[in-house]
Amino acid sequence: MSAVLQRRQMMAAGLLTMVLLALPLVVTDFHLSVLGLIFLHAIVGIAWNLMMGFAGQLSLGHALYFGIGAYIVAVLSERFGVSPWLGMVPAFVVPALLGVAIGALGFRFSVRGVYFALLTIAFAEFARILFEHWDYVGKTSGYFFAALTPRNRPLVSLRGGAMFFYYALLVTMIAAWLVSTLMVNSRVGYFWRAIREDEDAARALGVQALRMKLLAVAVSGGITGVAGGWFALVNGSLFPDSVLGMRVSIDFIVAPIVGGLGTLFGPILGAFIIVPLNELSRDLSQSSGINGLNLLIYGALLMVIVVFAPQGCWPSIAKRLGLAQTGEADRE
Amino acid sequence: MNSLEVKGLTKRFAGLVAVDDVSFDVAQGSITALSGPNGAGKTTCFNMIAGATAASAGRVSFEGRDITGHAPETLCRMGIARTFQIVRPLTGMSVLDNAVVGALLRTGSVAEARADAIGLLDRVGLAAKANQLASSLTLPDRKMLELAKALSTRPRLLLLDEVMAGLRPTEGDRIVDVLRRLNRDGMTILLIEHVMRIVMSLAQRVVVLHHGAKIADGTPAGVVADPRVLESYLGRKAVRA
Repeated sequence: MSAVLQRRQMMAAGLLTMVLLALPLVVTDFHLSVLGLIFLHAIVGIAWNLMMGFAGQLSLGHALYFGIGAYIVAVLSERFGVSPWLGMVPAFVVPALLGVAIGALGFRFSVRGVYFALLTIAFAEFARILFEHWDYVGKTSGYFFAALTPRNRPLVSLRGGAMFFYYALLVTMIAAWLVSTLMVNSRVGYFWRAIREDEDAARALGVQALRMKLLAVAVSGGITGVAGGWFALVNGSLFPDSVLGMRVSIDFIVAPIVGGLGTLFGPILGAFIIVPLNELSRDLSQSSGINGLNLLIYGALLMVIVVFAPQGCWPSIAKRLGLAQTGEADRE
Repeated sequence: MNSLEVKGLTKRFAGLVAVDDVSFDVAQGSITALSGPNGAGKTTCFNMIAGATAASAGRVSFEGRDITGHAPETLCRMGIARTFQIVRPLTGMSVLDNAVVGALLRTGSVAEARADAIGLLDRVGLAAKANQLASSLTLPDRKMLELAKALSTRPRLLLLDEVMAGLRPTEGDRIVDVLRRLNRDGMTILLIEHVMRIVMSLAQRVVVLHHGAKIADGTPAGVVADPRVLESYLGRKAVRA
């Protein structure tokens, strides 16, 4: 990648950040909460993309990391009075370790590709069923935060209004993006992509595939856990099915696929497409009184995107904006 | 001194002995060829040396250290690089990035690795295609890239599995040239090759396998004069006639 191109990319990223920072001055609370949801999807998308898009390991069970992160922040805060600031640490570390454990089990015994994906589903479902029968976290009737008091200070409790969560999620998304960018452009990123292309060929080049794949799952799981933690704080209530369910895992992988697998900006772009699409189609479904219309529209639009931009939307847009070399070899 | 020593290497598959008690040495700085007709067990032997297949019996040592059963990535880190018979370019990455991966084994800095890789591509004649996707290369270029990938890890011993297979003679000569230059600069090379023309022009020493067992070991001229080698390639009748 040329230095000029890199400078242009940095400028574009800077410009976008400025716009997003200033946006709350002009939009309503409703829009802010939708934008917050976009950021949340982008964060998990970035994390999942590290594993699938760069290291080439398909996970269909990211709800596990998301849900565990969410319950950790919630339980620590409500039951033990631990500040969510501190709660975010185990919300990163525990999912990261879980990822390493699942990865170690799978990779160690050469469970590859689709079979590894099945393994990730199995663990996520296991966790969901466990939480649905576990009294301590409220079983299927859910786990709730206490209502906010008037004396609530958002920077202490990490809970607040739409504006607070908007900025909190924006900052987290930028942090996740920076982490992924730094890693992908480093030695680790090259090793990941080599594994994605051909694991045996990568090992013949000295790449310690097992270690690199575990690192990918750990970082991916950790970031997803933090996103889960934020979700708990935003929502104020948690149900096993809504954070650990299969649907959650699938929901989160749509954005990075639509945006562009194995691209740094794809997951963010994908979230900006998918989340509003979801909201709009649901509105339409409700106002027209036709149940399920939203899913129909959502599905149809997804198909349009997949047919016309099978590589995801970002690569072609990047070229048009002059943010990628035309005919650039790399999928970045 | 020997770079590689192979002692009693054996591979048994259910009911079949693919490699039977094979021993040979590869002298430091030499080009040694492992030859023999199709199905002789060359690739199986090679894969055991390269850590891709576990040996049933026998030992392999590199620069005096036992490396039997080491993983491919460990061997690569120790200074043994291999190519694959069916080339395995990292297709979704650029030609340059294919070489950067291996170069990153010796340096943590991406900038340094890129500089190394560019120099290497220049030496094997792929510099002009550095920014193309590896999947866009023609077969001769892919073969060259396969070699470049192996070289990018800065090996002291190069294991080549039929790098010339599928190439026209003129294309093969390009690779022969590169291998000669490498060897002159001190690289030890063990190549699997059944095309005798290449073996004769390149190797200083030839080990011939047939039905999994070693049947000859010596200079190229000596080996091709060996009746057992002729027999294995041409059949008994042809040799008598």
